[in-house]
Amino acid sequence: MLVEGPVEVVLEDGSTVRSDRFTVALCTCRRSRTYPWCDTSHRRRSRR
Amino acid sequence: MPDRIPGPETSPEGELPGARGELSQGVLDALRGPTGGPAPQPREARDADPFGDDLQLALYLCYELHYRGFRGIDAAWEWDPGLLGLRAALERRFLEALRERTAGHLDVHDALDELLVEPVDGTGVSYFLKDEGQLWQLREYAAQRSLYHLKEADPHAWVIPRLRGRAKAAFVAVEFDEFGGGRAERVHARLFADLMADLGLDTTYGRYVDAASAEMLAVVNLMSLLGLHRAHRGALVGHFATVEVTSSPGSRRLAEAMRRTGAGPAAEHFYAEHVTADAVHEQIVRRDVIGGLLADEPSLAPDIAFGIAATTWLEDRLGDRLLAAWRSGSTSLRAQL
Repeated sequence: MLVEGPVEVVLEDGSTVRSDRFTVALCTCRRSRTYPWCDTSHRRRSRR
Repeated sequence: MPDRIPGPETSPEGELPGARGELSQGVLDALRGPTGGPAPQPREARDADPFGDDLQLALYLCYELHYRGFRGIDAAWEWDPGLLGLRAALERRFLEALRERTAGHLDVHDALDELLVEPVDGTGVSYFLKDEGQLWQLREYAAQRSLYHLKEADPHAWVIPRLRGRAKAAFVAVEFDEFGGGRAERVHARLFADLMADLGLDTTYGRYVDAASAEMLAVVNLMSLLGLHRAHRGALVGHFATVEVTSSPGSRRLAEAMRRTGAGPAAEHFYAEHVTADAVHEQIVRRDVIGGLLADEPSLAPDIAFGIAATTWLEDRLGDRLLAAWRSGSTSLRAQL
């Protein structure tokens, strides 16, 4: 999900993370290893 | 901040590299003399290997005049008609060969969809470096890639005046991020120089041109070719989309490689930054740059698809070269680091 930056995100543990990128991609699939930021882990995977 | 490797960083220009054959020797000889002097004749390009060291270096020399040039070489060579005539012949050879290799490529949406699928059993360079890459291989990779990353996003900036509306606004937004969002210390080229310093490499611009293989020169030459010609604006956008779409997952693997080998914080940061940055860029490029350009100029669809196919073909070829060298325990470079 794209939102206009800068953004502050409050995580479940109460801590706050911040990004001042012009647009920020937020993870909505929960698979990101850089949560709450998207790292494209949502992509379809296939065996070639 | 890592300690900088001392070097002649004072000059904005690079040093002239050594020749790799008659064409590149001819260009080097010309550049060392006054403009208007004899450059190799365009017909001399006709039989050259389009992907070989000699043609690719000759083309690289012609293009570098449009970026930062060479120390002690007259800047007026950039627009010397004789040299431009040779450059056009080199470009024709290169483009014809690329079109041959990528004939029958998919339509633009299929091509993008294909890039978006992550193989579970990937075998490219970033997989190799993540799983078993050693520090010397990471250093070679960085030295090769420095030909692009020390001018990261520069080849793409040339397309800006050729776009308009939605495509232009979105393209410039992504480029602004590449150029540090207004902060010099965050310019991606600078982040890459910091990575090189972590790896004990010389950050001087152009330092590793002599060491780089023809496959790497070709990757950078494609960007310059597409960037410098308005006629290729569609292909440039396709190229840019390919880089942005494939960068995020590849960067995660490279960040892991840097972490596992203890390459250093700046080395890890360069790729970690690209994981999240390019997850954003990819979506903006697909939706607004490609979407905007196709809405504005639908006839460019085959050019965009060509840009995607040519970039993928040249990147795969570079990956094959690196892996073939490393799997046999030998260097991928033409000169020692």
